[in-house]
Amino acid sequence: MSSTTLEMAPAAGRSAQGVKRSTMEVFTSLTLAALGAAAIWDSLRLGAGWGAEGPQSGYFPFWIGLILVGSSFANLLPLMRARGAAAEEMFVTWPQARLVMSVLVPTVFYVAAIPVIGIYIASAALVAYFMMRLGEFTWRSAVPAAAATAVVAFVTFEIWFLVGLPKGPVEDMLGF
Amino acid sequence: MDDIGLLMQGFGVALQPDNMLLMLIGVVLGVLIGVLPGLGGANGIAILLPLTFAMPPVSAVIMLSCIYWGALFGGAITSILFNIPGEPWSVATTFDGYPMAQQGKAGEALTAAFTSSFIGAFVAVVMITFVAPVVAGFALRFGPPEFFAVMFLSFACFVGMAKGSPAKTLASMMLGFLLAAVGMDTVTGQLRMTFGSEEMIRGFDFLVAVIGLFGISEILCSIEDGLRFKGQRAKIDLKVVLKTWAELPKHTFLAARSALIGCWMGITPAGATPASFMSYGVARRMSKDPDGFGKGKVEGVIAPETAAHAAGTSALLPMLTLGVPGSPTAAVLLGGLIMWGLQPGPMLFVEQKEFVWGLIASMYLGNIAGLLVVLVAVPWFAAILRVPFPIIAALILTVCAIGAYTVSNAEFDIVLMLIFGIVGYIMKKLDYPLAPLVLALVLGDRTEEAFRQSLLVSQGDVTVFFHNWLSGGIMALGIAMLLWPLLSWARTALLGGFRGARAA
Amino acid sequence: MTPVAHRRSLLLGLGAAALAAPALAQRGWEPNRPVQFVVPAGTGGGADQMARVIQGIVSKHSLMRQPMVVVNKAGGAGAEGFLEAKGARGNPHMLIITLSNLFTTPLATGVPFNWKDLTPVSMMALDEFVLWVKADSPWKTAQEFIAAAKAQRLKIGGTGSKQEDQIITAAITKATGATFTYVPFRGGGEVAVQLVGGHIDATVNNPIEAVTHWRSGALRPLCVFDDTRLPVTEKMTDSMAWSDVPTCKEQGLDVEYLMLRGIFMPAGVRPEQVAFYEGLMARVRETEDWKDLMKQGAFNTTSMTGDAFRTWLGREEERHRSLMQEAGFLANPS
Repeated sequence: MSSTTLEMAPAAGRSAQGVKRSTMEVFTSLTLAALGAAAIWDSLRLGAGWGAEGPQSGYFPFWIGLILVGSSFANLLPLMRARGAAAEEMFVTWPQARLVMSVLVPTVFYVAAIPVIGIYIASAALVAYFMMRLGEFTWRSAVPAAAATAVVAFVTFEIWFLVGLPKGPVEDMLGF
Repeated sequence: MDDIGLLMQGFGVALQPDNMLLMLIGVVLGVLIGVLPGLGGANGIAILLPLTFAMPPVSAVIMLSCIYWGALFGGAITSILFNIPGEPWSVATTFDGYPMAQQGKAGEALTAAFTSSFIGAFVAVVMITFVAPVVAGFALRFGPPEFFAVMFLSFACFVGMAKGSPAKTLASMMLGFLLAAVGMDTVTGQLRMTFGSEEMIRGFDFLVAVIGLFGISEILCSIEDGLRFKGQRAKIDLKVVLKTWAELPKHTFLAARSALIGCWMGITPAGATPASFMSYGVARRMSKDPDGFGKGKVEGVIAPETAAHAAGTSALLPMLTLGVPGSPTAAVLLGGLIMWGLQPGPMLFVEQKEFVWGLIASMYLGNIAGLLVVLVAVPWFAAILRVPFPIIAALILTVCAIGAYTVSNAEFDIVLMLIFGIVGYIMKKLDYPLAPLVLALVLGDRTEEAFRQSLLVSQGDVTVFFHNWLSGGIMALGIAMLLWPLLSWARTALLGGFRGARAA
Repeated sequence: MTPVAHRRSLLLGLGAAALAAPALAQRGWEPNRPVQFVVPAGTGGGADQMARVIQGIVSKHSLMRQPMVVVNKAGGAGAEGFLEAKGARGNPHMLIITLSNLFTTPLATGVPFNWKDLTPVSMMALDEFVLWVKADSPWKTAQEFIAAAKAQRLKIGGTGSKQEDQIITAAITKATGATFTYVPFRGGGEVAVQLVGGHIDATVNNPIEAVTHWRSGALRPLCVFDDTRLPVTEKMTDSMAWSDVPTCKEQGLDVEYLMLRGIFMPAGVRPEQVAFYEGLMARVRETEDWKDLMKQGAFNTTSMTGDAFRTWLGREEERHRSLMQEAGFLANPS
């Protein structure tokens, strides 16, 4: 078990600062409603009627979209009525958000890097970063672990199973 | 019974040393393939198929079907340990398997999963051995209306399962249906909701969504309380296996019922995924403690695993006797048969007896081999949870990315996976249930397809779903299942109101 | 961890064996990295099977130094795979196997793609289509079937929507005036079983998809949609061989349809690269394994390369366009 610099048990509770739950509820409901609306719009283009031989392409998506919009708004109703403690409940407190971001942000970079440098190098970098930044490993253990990840993945997929994964300039130079 | 003689002969073929070796290799490879989400049974077998091209057909099919067993076993591992189902039919296993692992009972959950998988598969093989010809014809009765009825029943078994806000459950399920509908409409060949994007043509693959919604979001949720996973205290010795086994006889009836559901769904052939959901739903309905489900109840692992494997195994029956694959993996095996010059279908049992019985014998042996391999490995699997968080988190993310990519070889799917991860995180924190979303995403497409095919066949007549006792019966059962929670809800509401009134 | 290491070395060994055999002529261009073989269809279907047979033959007979990697890109009736190949301009390490969706998918969905965005390498074979009915149905000939279809609307099942099976159905309607209800299913095997189960009235399955039900006595072939009878004379049932099935034209149903099984490369590749794969495919076709497959599926073994192939493709594209236009299947009718 590694103790980490970032491991601070965040004080859960209503007093902590953060993103309010009600804000996220409204945001989510509106997003879902927007998706539903998009589905309705596209279904009308395809034809959402009941043809001679059963429903047309847009029939089910149309109604699904409609129900989605409806249930999203239904989710908003309790929020209007919520007062006091319930309205102040936190979705995520700032210390919690910081921990989530410490994993999420590098992951976003990782995913963004895959098309550019290939999945093997990106994975190795991710492993090394996590080990050194989130756990207190030194480069002495992080670098070999990262290299091992890349090599094992490469051998398993490219050579053994003959499955091509996204590759970057380095693999290209090696002739893959 | 000259069939028994043929089966013994089959054992003779399967027990040859080189075939035994292939069996072992197959099982181990299969477990590995099952563990890597995205690679999956169908892809794994398709990839390894050309390797078997030079082998004799019996050996080749023994190895490939052992990969199949291995993959079936392996799918449960990531579901239980990391909440990442490697195969669609492992989704229901996560509902209780993952909470068990979080409570430090990973070893128990894995043992229960493997053992019940074995039992499910074994029941199905016995059925294939003795009643194959009788049962095979049953699949022929399944036209589009019957398929729709089965899908309807799967949904009906599940409705009312989710606790919490009905509006959120509904929104979540509709989102699942919507995602399932993106891409090509199989009935008319039109593109739906792609909005001109080339990436959207592919639609949303179930696995990409589930890896994100379940796997990535779980990492995000669990680190809120510090950078570690729960469940590290998992016991990691083989005694866990024996202790769990001692508990299992209690669930004999549950396993028998789940195996029955599985066999039925495999033969029809609706497949392992609806079987696992249906079995889980029924188990919860029948349980004395339905609220314990979803919080780490061993029954919630036994039911879906038994059914999924019974279905996965009996799905090979329609493949062999009719040439209709009951699962994507069976579809690839079917391709393999044709490649080796064997024509699956009614004539296979007549003309290729040695092959068929060799295969059936290998089902028995492959399952036993598979069970032994995975059980011995239980402590190792459980020990994965002890790897320091930074390493295991990075590895899970890597495996998830590879898995999302290999589903359809698209880099965009990795981005989608991440988006689904964030969506799953938000939904979980806001108490949107994810199970209805996933159920709708997995079965939505095929349900709609069957519905519309039925209406094409009946030329727009909706009564087609009640046109014979089979589809009518299944539909009636489904409607009863739908009304059940309504009735019990009404009862508890009345009783609760009563008690509340008295308390006040 | 020894079993893991052992397993790996075993498979590496298999791979190495395939790489090491120097069976190739030493001149001209050769692939210097693994060749990606794109299948614009799902695993287990006809195109996928053929691609994997080719992959298997290439590695079994060591026809190429580099491995061949099969990749399924089935999204949007294959549109995904075609767009991938279109985007890989100039990449000599990519092949794509095509079926009729080469023409039908862009026409039916409006996806911006045309076969001219690829380099045709070789036609491997043509897949036949046969009109099947249940053995206990009253229809013994194609005329009887058509007469019945005119009296009462019959249901024909097929694979996919606005693809080959539905186009044949539309062509029958055009030739005879009889209208049908077309019911799309996911795969050929499923279609055949739906017919055996009596949920539909007829199918236009490929020979390989329905042969086992014919042999077991459940289905009856009425006619084949080709201009000559099938060449396989081996008895399939007690009394009939493939060569005994009449052509539809003989039966007064003037519809012909063959499905392309061809190999393409991305556009912008060099002639010597095309020549390499032409040679490779020619050698694949000479193997016994390939001939077995052809016989089993009663394929039409016509093969073409170069200009003849291009001319054929141009003609087929026009034919598909006009058939689909008449049937109202075009995404952008103009």
